Amino acid sequence: MAVKKAAEIGSKRPVTIEINGTKYTYDVEPRLLLVHYIREYAGLTGTHIGCDTTNCGACTVLMDLNGKWKAIKSCTYFAVQANGKRIITIEGLAKDGELHPLQKAFWEHHGLQCGYCTPGMILAAAGYLMINPNPTEMEVRHGISGNLCRCTGYQNIVKAILAAAEEIRNSGRPVIE
Amino acid sequence: MIPRRFEYLAPATLGQALGMLRKYRDAKILSGGMSLIPMMKLRLVSPQYVIDINNIKGLNYIKAVGNTIRIGALTRHADIEHSPIIKAKLPMLAEAASVIADQQVRNLGTFCGSLAHADPAADWPATVLALDAEMVIRGAGKRVVKASKFFRGPFETVLKPTEILTEVSIPIPNGPKVGQAYLKFERKAGDFATVGVASSIVLGKDNKVSKIGIGVTAVAPAPYKAVEAEKILLGKEPTAELVEEAAKAAAAMSDPSSDLRGSAEYKREMTRVFTRRSLKKALERAGISI
Repeated sequence: MAVKKAAEIGSKRPVTIEINGTKYTYDVEPRLLLVHYIREYAGLTGTHIGCDTTNCGACTVLMDLNGKWKAIKSCTYFAVQANGKRIITIEGLAKDGELHPLQKAFWEHHGLQCGYCTPGMILAAAGYLMINPNPTEMEVRHGISGNLCRCTGYQNIVKAILAAAEEIRNSGRPVIE
Repeated sequence: MIPRRFEYLAPATLGQALGMLRKYRDAKILSGGMSLIPMMKLRLVSPQYVIDINNIKGLNYIKAVGNTIRIGALTRHADIEHSPIIKAKLPMLAEAASVIADQQVRNLGTFCGSLAHADPAADWPATVLALDAEMVIRGAGKRVVKASKFFRGPFETVLKPTEILTEVSIPIPNGPKVGQAYLKFERKAGDFATVGVASSIVLGKDNKVSKIGIGVTAVAPAPYKAVEAEKILLGKEPTAELVEEAAKAAAAMSDPSSDLRGSAEYKREMTRVFTRRSLKKALERAGISI
């Protein structure tokens, strides 16, 4: 039985992840969490670490799972699991200097106060609007129930998401191109 | 929080995964990871080997086979929540899926993974108990275990360390009038259940109960089938009094512990209240108001 020696267990190996259309490859330990790969290796610090316990949603990113973009919490996913996969972080939403409709709506409706939860809120909202493009207020609240805003600015966050949903529907374009 | 070092294995087939389980004794299967990874981060578990089954093709499915619905090892909570066939045939499962944690967790967490993990407060166990599901287990061979024989205690099932729960097969309740409900009582959005009650009822043309299943979670060391409550309603035309009597019987079978979600006494009382409401809702959906 070729059991690996203790020294080799969990050693670094190359992990390639496409983030916002750019491929990154770094040698990382299997225990490295995706959020640390994004922030500390790829240097994209728009994805935040809040609770580090799958509760607050600050670390939410979109991941291509079997051809569909899904919101996931990057603090509860090993970078090595994402090897060969595509993800989108907050830095990948604006296109050609133009803010994404969700970003614009958060700005216009005062959907951010301290801003810490905002990247996660926006990506959770994007994930939810792909499931339900025409939500009611209650449905939006259910959709972002995995994201906490400790400024408690939920009223304006919900308003912003409803406004963005309407703009996206009217534009006839997908939530994520 | 950083887990202890582990070796990551990504088998391409179920056979390889089972071989790895036999070879590496200190190993855990990673499916959705929504329980395993938090536990590894807290260092409550520190397996030397993590066997990620997500690269195995053909394990994410919901399919109708004869009079059953089969759900595969990699089917996510969100897949069940939005599945048209589940909504039509086993609506209780879509209802339960929608109250598990949050969108992000439901996108990754798996039905079979949650059942194999057997958290005593998880939602799915109540539903498979109420629906009399069969658990399909692969190891050296294949064996099938009734849901009522699957759960042994907190985080304990009949699964051996060398086995994987690969499928759950659920009979579609069939009859002149059918109704199902999963009712969860939670302190805050996305929390584990304080109590959860799943009810599945089939009634004949005479409005008598011909089949009934009641599964209860979070109020005992392991989820349980409220057989004493089922007996009270089976073969009878449901009335408010009988439903109340059944609710009391389900509560009498509970064995809750006091914690931050409430005292044991309170949880036992909530078991009665939520069993009654769950049964009433299932009956309403079957077209019976009591």
